[in-house]
Amino acid sequence: MAASGKQNLQLDWGTIALYGTLVLFGWLSIYSAAFNPLLPSPFTFSEEYGKQLVWIGACVFLIVVILYLDAEVFNKLAVYIYFFFVLLLMLVLVIGKEVNGAKAWFGIGDFGIQPSEFSKIGVGLFLSKFISSSGMQLKNLRTRIQAFAIIGLPAFLILLQPDVGSLLTFLAFILVMYREGMSGNVLIAGFASVVIGTLSIVIGAGRTTYPYFGELSSIWTFIISLFGLSILALIFVRNFVVPRSRRMLYSVVVISMVLASSLAFSINYIVDNVLEKHHKERIYVMLSLPVERQDATYNSEMAKITVGSGGFIGRGFHQGPMTQNNYVPEQWTDFIFSAVAEEWGFLGSVTVILMFFTLIYRLVLLAERQRSQFSRVYGYCVAAIIFMHLLINIGMVLGLAPIIGIPLPFFSYGGSSLMAFTILLFIMIRLDAERLSVFR
Amino acid sequence: MNNDNRRYTFLFIVGTICVIYIVRLFALQVATSEWKNKGSRLTEREVVVYPSRGNIFDRNGKVLVTNQTVYDLMVLPKEVLPFDTLEFCKLVNLPYEELKEILKKSTTYPNVKYKPSPVIKQMLPEEYALFAERLYKFPGFFVQARTLRTYPESLGALLLGDVGEVNKEILEKHPDYRKGDYIGLNGIEKSYEKELRGKRGIKYVYRDNLGVEHSVANGQLDSAAQEGVDLYATIDAELQKYGEQLMQNKRGCIVAIEPSTGEILALVSAPTFDPNLLVGRARGQNFSALARDPLKPLFNRATQAQYRPGSIFKLAQSLTALQLGSITKDTRIACNRGLIGCHGAHSMDDLEMAIVHSCNPYFRGVLQRVVEANRDPNNRAKDAAIGLSIWNEQIRKLGFGSNLGSDLPGMKKGNVPSAEYYNKKYGVEAWNFSTIYSIAIGEGEMLINPVQMCNLVCIIANRGFYVPPHTVRQIGRGGSARSEYVTRVDVGVKPEYFETVVNAMEKVVGPGGTANSIKLSDIVICGKTGTVQNEPREDHSVFVCFAPKENPKIALAVYVEYAGFGGTWAAPISSLMIEKYLKGGTTNKGREELIMNAKILN
Repeated sequence: MAASGKQNLQLDWGTIALYGTLVLFGWLSIYSAAFNPLLPSPFTFSEEYGKQLVWIGACVFLIVVILYLDAEVFNKLAVYIYFFFVLLLMLVLVIGKEVNGAKAWFGIGDFGIQPSEFSKIGVGLFLSKFISSSGMQLKNLRTRIQAFAIIGLPAFLILLQPDVGSLLTFLAFILVMYREGMSGNVLIAGFASVVIGTLSIVIGAGRTTYPYFGELSSIWTFIISLFGLSILALIFVRNFVVPRSRRMLYSVVVISMVLASSLAFSINYIVDNVLEKHHKERIYVMLSLPVERQDATYNSEMAKITVGSGGFIGRGFHQGPMTQNNYVPEQWTDFIFSAVAEEWGFLGSVTVILMFFTLIYRLVLLAERQRSQFSRVYGYCVAAIIFMHLLINIGMVLGLAPIIGIPLPFFSYGGSSLMAFTILLFIMIRLDAERLSVFR
Repeated sequence: MNNDNRRYTFLFIVGTICVIYIVRLFALQVATSEWKNKGSRLTEREVVVYPSRGNIFDRNGKVLVTNQTVYDLMVLPKEVLPFDTLEFCKLVNLPYEELKEILKKSTTYPNVKYKPSPVIKQMLPEEYALFAERLYKFPGFFVQARTLRTYPESLGALLLGDVGEVNKEILEKHPDYRKGDYIGLNGIEKSYEKELRGKRGIKYVYRDNLGVEHSVANGQLDSAAQEGVDLYATIDAELQKYGEQLMQNKRGCIVAIEPSTGEILALVSAPTFDPNLLVGRARGQNFSALARDPLKPLFNRATQAQYRPGSIFKLAQSLTALQLGSITKDTRIACNRGLIGCHGAHSMDDLEMAIVHSCNPYFRGVLQRVVEANRDPNNRAKDAAIGLSIWNEQIRKLGFGSNLGSDLPGMKKGNVPSAEYYNKKYGVEAWNFSTIYSIAIGEGEMLINPVQMCNLVCIIANRGFYVPPHTVRQIGRGGSARSEYVTRVDVGVKPEYFETVVNAMEKVVGPGGTANSIKLSDIVICGKTGTVQNEPREDHSVFVCFAPKENPKIALAVYVEYAGFGGTWAAPISSLMIEKYLKGGTTNKGREELIMNAKILN
């Protein structure tokens, strides 16, 4: 079957072309952002652009290997792959190299490998296998708990590093589970939590003088307002809702009030007392709240200036004054989108965003046309992970998300990220290529 | 339950985020240029192109003030990489602690790390040469060339003036100056600042990825620096230098003016100093040393000193009394030494001989005729007040009590006592002629400065007019002086009245005159000695003169402080100056040597 499948490989060339374009555009941006005038050759392997070429070469090799593998392999080995990366995540906590305060790297000579990037492949495969195994229903609490455990184990290990950015990308799997039948309330609750959390930080940053209690954090104003709102809601329910629904809605209002208040209070507490100072400052910078150190706003400010510097048509390749003068520190990694925005302008930036949207759209399309649920779930995993990276990374560059160091897929410099995304994507392409030979 | 529709929810979420980001991109990149402008401010540097200040030449084209290039070593903190501080400090001769302090200051408000700050200002070319070839080792450091003043002849420090960086006060008053600009602080540098300054140019550049600077917008925004205008001074460098040599180790001043044009030929204030001391990095240190010097070399005695004129004022009194009709040239007044002291043997001089003998009682009598003319027969005090006002008005026409409209900055006006002045001093009608008669002989409350004194001689030499004394005869090569320095000012005294005074002055420098010793065989000098009382210290020695008698070429006022009788020091200095100017030098080497070596500084 494998042999026949290979003969009938129906590669989705559109996705492959999109992948190639993104990687090429990404490499050009790295070449521009990390350019060393003394070593202008793209094959300078001491510079980021040279190294990235090596990684791209490695990716070509990986692609060939993946396409030659039997599609069944991924399903069969999903659990082993998952635990292999879990093992690596444990190992990295012991023998890993600490970079920027996180023990996230295996150092091999000059190169570093970041297992957290690869672990998403393992989670994606295992989660797909788990959900697609017969009898699994995500409506079922037990199944949900098991699914969360699959996601939670590597996530917890990453939290220990600690690497908040990578941790956040694991939220992608919640989107996948939503597609596979988990209640949509999760998304609504998630959205509500983001709104309440943001408000509680913004309001909690101030101080208010209360009668009898003196000066306290303004978070209490927020909690009192929530309380007032729920009383209004209760009155509304009592007067305008048919009696048989009242009882249920009363409890919904009260529970929401309690949950919202405790969320607001605990987020405020975490920001003030648990988070490290620089994390707190990054959140404050994003929300345009005043910070003590001017340095804290530097990266965010420079990124915005660099983006703005591009204008409508951009400054041209190698012509961006902010990019060429390295105003954004380590621009070729997490801030690479700012280089795109400056040198290719609004047109180029929108093109990149649309390319990503097309890729995600294409992946959803691929996923939906799969006959096997395994392939479909996996397709959503790929799409959702790419989306989460896009959401956080570009949001950060544009000053809409706090500064969280995660790479922009296919663009940011870094072997682990590029290889992990390549493997992630091409497994899907490989699965898709054989969709017609798979029987339900 | 079929969840197939959830794909649309998923795509909707992705699509919404993409739209939000595209809108945000639009806001940052297209809707406003705020962020773009912020970027321009970071990456584009405004390079100030300093114009070179105008040169100053003497009347014969000799360079008095010109520019030398110096280098400001600057640091752009954001580009600094770790460097060998030991080598750096050694190369630029800077203690490590100081370097650390400077670097720290360069990144603290109001300095920011992407704007250059100075590390060492005004390195001389030879200092910079040592450093230049190693500069590449210190990224973030660069030099900015500037010009400094230099004075090849080392003369006329106070006359030419100095320049300094603008301070906060000047910046507030003159918005067109910027931090780091130079401005003339006194002398010609100050009074002709507008011409000398030139126009600052601005070049906008940005650095590309190779570190090469490119002009922004093809240089369309740039403005070229406009060099300052050259000035041709009225000064004769040779004469000025000679005057400074004659006055060395003495206190006092020499003012020499060409009478027909009002051009100042020399303006010596002694003691003087090398103007090059007030240039460059040692400026501050040298300046405070000069400021502390008890001999006050920074005090311009020629323009800022206000002396009692002494006997030479008798020339002005004569002209005033003649013009007012109070006396004629034949008026004789007894030398009544009971009223006021006198010297020499004479008893009943006419005006000419009274000037020659410098007869004090005579001029007491002259002023009495002017002031006490029975204009109010019943009240002697009122009479004096009326008379003094008439006298005051007439004598002011000779330039006293004003700065003469000169271009010398900081000229003192002196004091010509008026009725109001005495009313204030003694009370209304509480004074009369007997109270004030000492002004008759240039003592008492009368104060004039040496330029006014020399200007009086010019008036006499010109027989009735003066041109405001000035220091610049051509603004720009082939240009002219400022318009106010080409018109004559008539003093309202009839030309014939001058003949008596001129003849008397000729006789002063002749047999029996007080300055007979300086008589020259080939040039007729007309002069007047003065000795200004200075109890309890030695008198000031004063001499004014012009030469030659017909078609005068030079007028002089010489003041030597605490030097005694005018004929002893001031007169010989004058004659040496005249010889220098008219003949290129003196044959009387003995006198020259004696004067130059004399030390009158008690």
